[in-house]
Parts: sequence; C-alpha cells; structure tokens
Amino acid sequence: MAIIETKGLTYTYPGGTKTSIRDVSLTIERGEFVILTGPSGCGKTTLCRCFNGLIPHFYVGQLDGELSVAGLKVTEHPIYEMAQRVGLVFQNPENQLFALSVEKDVAFGLENLGVPRDDIRKRVDWALQTTGIEELRERAPHELSGGQQQRVAIACVLAMQPGIMIFDEPTSFLDPLGAKKIFEVINELNKKLGVTVILVEHRLDLASRYADHVIIMDNGKIVLNGKPKEVFNSETARLIGVGIPKATRLCQMLQENGVRLGGVPTSSDEATQLLREVLKA
Amino acid sequence: MIEVRDVYFTYPTGVEALKGVSLSIRNGEFVAIMGQNGAGKTTLVKQFNGLLKPTKGAVLVDGVNTRDISIAQLARKVGFVFQNPDHQLFSETVEEEVAFALRNFGFRQATIERRITWALNLLGLTEYRKTSPFMLSGGERKRVALASVLAWNPKVVILDEPTIGQDYQQKETLRQFIVQLNAQGKTVVIVTHDVEFVAECNPRLVLMAQGQIVADGDTKRILTNPDVALRASIVPPQITQIFHGLADLGLPTDVIDVSEAKKILIEYFEEERGKR
Repeated sequence: MAIIETKGLTYTYPGGTKTSIRDVSLTIERGEFVILTGPSGCGKTTLCRCFNGLIPHFYVGQLDGELSVAGLKVTEHPIYEMAQRVGLVFQNPENQLFALSVEKDVAFGLENLGVPRDDIRKRVDWALQTTGIEELRERAPHELSGGQQQRVAIACVLAMQPGIMIFDEPTSFLDPLGAKKIFEVINELNKKLGVTVILVEHRLDLASRYADHVIIMDNGKIVLNGKPKEVFNSETARLIGVGIPKATRLCQMLQENGVRLGGVPTSSDEATQLLREVLKA
Repeated sequence: MIEVRDVYFTYPTGVEALKGVSLSIRNGEFVAIMGQNGAGKTTLVKQFNGLLKPTKGAVLVDGVNTRDISIAQLARKVGFVFQNPDHQLFSETVEEEVAFALRNFGFRQATIERRITWALNLLGLTEYRKTSPFMLSGGERKRVALASVLAWNPKVVILDEPTIGQDYQQKETLRQFIVQLNAQGKTVVIVTHDVEFVAECNPRLVLMAQGQIVADGDTKRILTNPDVALRASIVPPQITQIFHGLADLGLPTDVIDVSEAKKILIEYFEEERGKR
C-alpha cells in the first residue's frame, strides 16, 4: 500500500528564480527502505521537506501538483500533525538540537505531544539505547562532537516512533564504523518495526545493501526510480555522476571486459560471492 | 612546514583530547587525518592555525611557535575551512563573503575583485556571486567557505570534513583541486571519515585513536591492514573488503583502487584460462 504518493509535484522557494523540484511523480510503499540520491542541489532535500509539510507550511513558495503522505493531503494538515507521522533528521544536527541535556532534547517532541510521563521515560531510554548514547544522557548537546550530535538528533526522531522516517545524510559526521552502526539501526527499525525509511545519501557504499528502492534525482526531476540493482547498474546513474557503490562499478568494469558474472552486486559481500563463483568455475 | 612536538591538550572541561602527539608535515605535502569520533582530529588541526594552543609541548608553523604569533598572523599562512560552513559564513552575498577576509588582510580593491572572480570560478560558484550563502544547498555553502579561504592564498589549507554534502562529481572535482593546490606547492591537510575519498586520493594518512597517532604513512598500507583500521573505527574501502574475501584464492589483499582491482582480476582470469 502506498504511504507516499505524489503527482506532478513542482515547487519554487519564495523569492526563488528556479523551480527546485519539477513534475515529480512517485509512489513509496509502506515499509520500504528507499535511498534518495542525486547530485548536490538536485532537489532531494526540497522533496523531503514536502513529505513532512515543512513545504508548504513553513517554506511558503509556490507548490503545485498532488501530495499525499500517510493518507493525508499534506497541504491541508499543519506541521505538528505531519510530524507525528513523518520524522525528519536534518543534514546538520545542530539545527535540530537546542535543549540543555540530551535527555531533554529527546523528550521534547514527546512532551509536546502530551505523551504520559512514564511512556516518555521508556521511549527516551529506548531511543538512547538504540543509538548507543545512553552515557551522554546528561550531557549538553552543544558540547558533543558532530558525530555524537547526529546520534542525538536521530534519537529525537526515533523517540517519536513515526511511521515514516526521513534521514538526510545522517552519517556525514560519523566515522565509518559509527556510520555502519547507524545504518544498521535504521535497517532494524525498517525490518523489525516496519518503519518506512527514506534515506538521502551520497555515500552509497555503506548504505546500498539495506535499500529495496532507489530514486535518483537530477536537476529537480526524477531520472531513475526502481530496484537498487537496476538503478545502480544503469548507464544513466554513472553518467549523471552518482557515486554508485565501488562493488557495482568493479563488476561493471569486469563485464565490459568480457567477464560474465551471475548478477549485479551492491555490497562487497555480494561482489565477493559473485566473483568467487566465476573464479572457481 | 608544521611541526608538532609531543603535544598534550586538555579542554577546560577536563577532557584530555591530545595525549602526546608528534607529527611533522613537510611543505607541499598532502595529509589526511582519519579516526573515530572524538579521537582528537579536529583538536589537532586547530593547533595548526593557533585556534588552540598546546597544554604541554609545542607547535611550530613555518618555524614559528604558535604561542609567539597572533591568530590573525597565522591565519594568513594557514587557512582553515570548518566542518560546518554555517560557523564561517555570515555575509549577505557570496561575493561579500569571499571579500571579507581579503579586506581584513588589506588587499587592494582591484586585487580583491580579481581574487573573488578567480576563487568563485575555481569552485563553480560564479553564478551565485550575488546570491545569499543561506539560499544555497549544504554542499554549495561548503564550497563558498572553501572559496573564501583560498582567495587569500594561504600556504597551508586545512579542510575539516570537506566531502560532507558533496556529491560524487564534486568530490572528484575536489580531489583534482587538491592535487592542483599540491602542485602549486601548497600543503593540504584534510580531516575526514570518507574512506572511499581517501582511497581515491592516496595521500599520506595519519590515523588517530583516543588522542594519539596510531598509524602514519602510506594510505594503501594502512587502509588494507584490518587490525589498524579497526582500532581507528575505519571500515576498509569496498574494494579492499572484496579482496580480503578472496584472499584464499591467492589474490593480493592490499588493493584499494577500482581500476587496479579490475586489472588484477582480468590478469587472474587470463592466467587461469591459460592453465587449462
């Protein structure tokens, strides 16, 4: 069942001279793990702002087309209603954190929704545990490193337990192991709790293995939309300069040189497996 | 160019961020500093431009102790591009942003004009000259911050997480750009988590963990050593992971580059075919 549906969505920021997204039509099914990628400035972040109602309620501008999220017409429901259904982790965690302690920041959204105190405590504990920052509970978010702040920002959204979670380059500030751990957390939310995940990401090497749907945008439009293997293996993806996973690229280069592989890998494990099959044959 | 002598640094909060770091960076070198969050990477590079002074030990830049020189004088030599461009940008237009430091350093108006045009062109920002930095995307703001530093032509350029928010093509541009700066004799130091970017750049790699340097040298040697990488929370490049997975077939394990990987595998196939 579709949880997000847009038809001909077009948007221009107030005072903007250029449309940021143009004629975007897409369907995202409930429970999907979607990677949204494309060159810088292609409209990824703008599209995500439509999904949680920041556009058109906060960024007014000119919005045309149809937009339905979690069964609601976004234009007709205020941000606080959308926020209970769509959680957004911003690119820059500092834009999101403001409380005097990590715990308070994570509890803030729940307090606003009037969640009972005991439930708040449980959900905050769970969110801190899941993101591995329990020991930071009493610390001030602004004192933390970029990576730690990003985990706090993710915990804030986790605690709200929305049906859809959007992550805008959530691991930019994290070291690779930390990034891997966050992707695993996101994957767990997706697979175990059935949360629909939209991940905006440039670093595809670490994230691709978790996705079951990839959307590539360029210049405000959707240019590729489908299964990861099909999308990453497409010539278009390479030509518009999306950093397709190196494992995929290596196997493409081998195919060009006449090496026949049994499939298209998106992770190193898959590539190792496929190469092993051919090397042993 | 930069000489770090047994430096210790403790923040006022009591956090001991550097515990006996010694490092020597020669003029014209390209160095990448990697390591887990909180390892002390940013603290270390902030010593290079005097934003932080050692609690113990000394840092010499171009032969001068950072304690004996003002941050303003040091800034002329050591340009610092922050992790988060919003800490750096404040002007109403991109052009003004780039002009700001140039005016402070007392450049002539004609020179300022020329430098702005040069820097914006270099970073593909010419069309945004009259735009407010805050109208731009995260990746674009990052490039404005870089342009504003390059414009005054410092000898050392420090880039804290330059690839954040940059797409693949911009990273490639950035890589070529660093190579170009290097060729002009500039010393470039980057702090990054981006393993794939480092694998493509192949700089001298300094790995940090818990306030100390745990490895220093050739990128390929360090990134393909799983024990060292793990100590610094590094996940080896995908290509390296693939070759580690195929090690039992007699393939090398020290591969980081996709073209090199292709070459090795094609040769392997041809050899196998020849045997039959």
